[in-house]
Amino acid sequence: MEFFRIQRDIPFMRHALVFNVISLLTFLVAVFFLVTKGLHLSIEFKGGTLIEASYAQAADIGKVRSTVEAMQVGEVQVQSFGNTRNVLIRLPVSGDGKLGDMVDRVFGELCKAEAGTVSKKQVKTDKGEVIDKPVCEAGSAEPVTLQRSEFVGPQVGKELAEDGAKALAFVVIGITIYLAFRFEWKFSVAAIVANLHDVVIILGFFAFFQWEFSLSVLAAVLAVLGYSVNESVVIFDRIREAFRRYRKMDTHQVIDHAITSTMSRTIITHGSTQMMVLSMLIFGGPTLHYFAVALTIGILFGIYSSVFVAAAIAMWLGVKREDLMKSGPSKDVDPNDPNAGAVV
Amino acid sequence: MNRYPWWKYTILAIALLVGVTFTLPNFFGEAPAVQVSSGKATLKVDSTTAQRVEQVLKDAGLKPDFVQFEGSSVKARFADGDSQLKAKDALAKALNPDLNDPSYIVALNLLSRSPHWLTAVHALPMYLGLDLRGGVHFLMQVDMKAALTKKAESLAGDIRTLLRDKNLRHAGITRDGNNVDIRFRDRETLNAAATLLADQMAELQWAQTPDGTDFKLTGTLKPEAARLVQDAAIKQNITTLHNRVNALGVAEPVIQQQGTDRVVIELPGVQDTAKAKDLIGRTANLEFRLADMSLEARAAVEGTGPVPFGRERFTVGRGAPVVTHKEAVATGEMLTNAQPRPDQNGQPAVSVSLDAKGGRLMRDMTRANVGNFMAAILFEKGKGEVLTVARIQSEFGNDFQITGMGTTDAANDLALLLRSGSLAAPMEFIQESTVGPTLGADNIAKGFDSVIYGFTAIAVFMCAYYLLFGLFSTAALAFNLLLLVAVLSMLQATLSLPGIAAIALTLGMAIDANVLINERVREELRGGASPQAAINTGYERAFATILDSNVTTLIAGIALLAFGSGPIKGFAVVHCLGILTSMFSAVVFSRGLVNLWYGRQKKLKGVLIGQVWKPKTTSTDVSANT
Repeated sequence: MEFFRIQRDIPFMRHALVFNVISLLTFLVAVFFLVTKGLHLSIEFKGGTLIEASYAQAADIGKVRSTVEAMQVGEVQVQSFGNTRNVLIRLPVSGDGKLGDMVDRVFGELCKAEAGTVSKKQVKTDKGEVIDKPVCEAGSAEPVTLQRSEFVGPQVGKELAEDGAKALAFVVIGITIYLAFRFEWKFSVAAIVANLHDVVIILGFFAFFQWEFSLSVLAAVLAVLGYSVNESVVIFDRIREAFRRYRKMDTHQVIDHAITSTMSRTIITHGSTQMMVLSMLIFGGPTLHYFAVALTIGILFGIYSSVFVAAAIAMWLGVKREDLMKSGPSKDVDPNDPNAGAVV
Repeated sequence: MNRYPWWKYTILAIALLVGVTFTLPNFFGEAPAVQVSSGKATLKVDSTTAQRVEQVLKDAGLKPDFVQFEGSSVKARFADGDSQLKAKDALAKALNPDLNDPSYIVALNLLSRSPHWLTAVHALPMYLGLDLRGGVHFLMQVDMKAALTKKAESLAGDIRTLLRDKNLRHAGITRDGNNVDIRFRDRETLNAAATLLADQMAELQWAQTPDGTDFKLTGTLKPEAARLVQDAAIKQNITTLHNRVNALGVAEPVIQQQGTDRVVIELPGVQDTAKAKDLIGRTANLEFRLADMSLEARAAVEGTGPVPFGRERFTVGRGAPVVTHKEAVATGEMLTNAQPRPDQNGQPAVSVSLDAKGGRLMRDMTRANVGNFMAAILFEKGKGEVLTVARIQSEFGNDFQITGMGTTDAANDLALLLRSGSLAAPMEFIQESTVGPTLGADNIAKGFDSVIYGFTAIAVFMCAYYLLFGLFSTAALAFNLLLLVAVLSMLQATLSLPGIAAIALTLGMAIDANVLINERVREELRGGASPQAAINTGYERAFATILDSNVTTLIAGIALLAFGSGPIKGFAVVHCLGILTSMFSAVVFSRGLVNLWYGRQKKLKGVLIGQVWKPKTTSTDVSANT
């Protein structure tokens, strides 16, 4: 099997301007949504309480909402989570009292709404672990169970947001320095601009659809940043090699050649990674859902930006053969090497 | 050219062996077990406890798989949950004479079912995070401002005593925030006091300021002293928390410092946050009391007479039973420090510091009681536990030593216990999360499914597209997974759901290296290179690219590791480790396989790497050689 049967180099750079305009527009649209709609931050960043409860029957979201709203604890969000029986309740940070008690209070109210009473019970799991847990009982039935709860104080949330920003800055600076050292500053600037534009576009998607932006999404965004820089690195590697090998080609042709010859690898690699991510999207359940979504967007735009944006920016910045000849490690091709050359 | 020297194969074989050994425990599942650990800080669990547990189980007619002493607890594994429960009851009854005040914590736990030889080489299953096994997580903030204020308060008291002892008259000592202000009527006294204080109160930085007609001396806590105070505060709080969490009977609690002023508490298996918070947030108190050694009291100690009026009898702890006066000489609040420090003869001892008030009380008491005994008693939930009973050798004040410890360990323990009496600074819950056990199991299943199906999809594709080389790549990817799981098991790094996601993602990214190599080899073949040469140059050329791309991914991973916390850290650890293992498996291991298969064939006609398509007309401008 061979998917990519490309006769001659595809003249990508002839359309560089068009691609860059498209990129710029997408970027601006993403920024627009980020500014106007903002990110729907998870409670990890904002602080607040989150409760996941599971009902014996399909949950009545409206009833849950009115039950919790009756407690007057501020703006309440209720949504189903994963399936119809699970509900996710989000409460904001309220200024008074002990926030941590909120979970017990809300669970108590939910239980009361199902005509049950909460009692502490020692439950033995199938594994033999004995756990103490509050159980809601109505007769012999258990109408609602507490699956998970989380409480984040406001100061923690603020710190997490700051740490996230620091991590992003560290990645950007680290990669820029590494690429500048390994290739040349024009390449490193091009790669970082291209991939940051991916990050902004991912964030734009999250802002537009108001998907929840949690810590794991942040991890995905940063992982994808490192990953799509790979893509640029592979292409830059080829550009350097082509500059050395084909002295007759001009910069345009060299870039076209580099992109064309890595095309097959680009698609196959990203396809494989995407298969894994797709598997997470399908089988990973609701907790990994947005993580996988962020990765998917990142991978798709990663291909686009590395191929069409990074190389084009490097071209606008005016990469020349001389830039790479003097820098870079001296593993030049030995003209007497029988294996050298003869590469399409 | 495609042969590895024998040592490279040896390294690969060893890596494979180690990988398999450390991955194995994850497949055996877990068996019910009973864990016995100490419920009292004065009680140590050791190998004799293991013998005792064994005996108790034998008497109860139970046959555990094994009983072993490990770390600070004794674990006994059982074949089924029924005998586990019976064993728990039997042990609890035998080890704890008073069930309301247990000396040992007997908790149900799960132990790996893996054979003994695996456990013996420390091959343990991966350590699952709370989101996978269920439990409670707390993050507590220590109020450092309160710790500093408390310190300033105690320093102000010390200064008062010091000035009085030296007959320096002041016009008032006040604490202002973390500063201590002293006013003087005249300059001479101020100067005398300034010299004295600079000498004796090295923790404070002194400055003179005029204050109306008076003279004012302001002491500010030096930054390094403040840091010491904060360090000591968080250490003491963690010790106290350990003692409290022990009382919950949790099998494997985690209590760690995070940053400079935070404490993380993780209690696997606990679902009842309210009870946990009640226990963690409660207060304990330490009291120094004069022991009563009168005849009546001795009779009470031996249980042959009633406890005299105004006395109390303690039966638990070191030096117990003992009868003491009911009123305390000094309490935990007055204790400023307790450190293990050898005495002048080099024997292990604990040196204790009290604040000025405590010192004064202690001096008054000891003056009249040289030769008598004093006891330190820790009260928790109204129950007293004796920490030590010691003879008063001479009159003493703020600083004194408790000697006759016997061993350095005992001195360390006592110092820790004295300090753990109460929290050094108040704490507040700033984050908490609970995960139900069913949700945890569900998360494991989902994460596992994602990895398996994704892996299968990649494997099928690679084998179809690159044929034999695809098979090699798949084997390398499987090897990568094996190594990653082995390393995670070896390091006992916490595996959480984001960690599983990182395994999946890392595998998805790791295949990139093999795609790069395979594409390069194809390219070389397309260019007309001989199969052996194509393999060689393919691997060599691809390596520089693989290195570059992995370094950039690693930079992102390290950033996440450095700045992330909680789920991000869980993701980053696995991600970084995965990048390292993938470099090894994709390049070294897959090359090893290829070399084994093709390396020996001198006249290799072709390689099974799928169809190598050649363009019909080679475009002239690219075929030129350098």
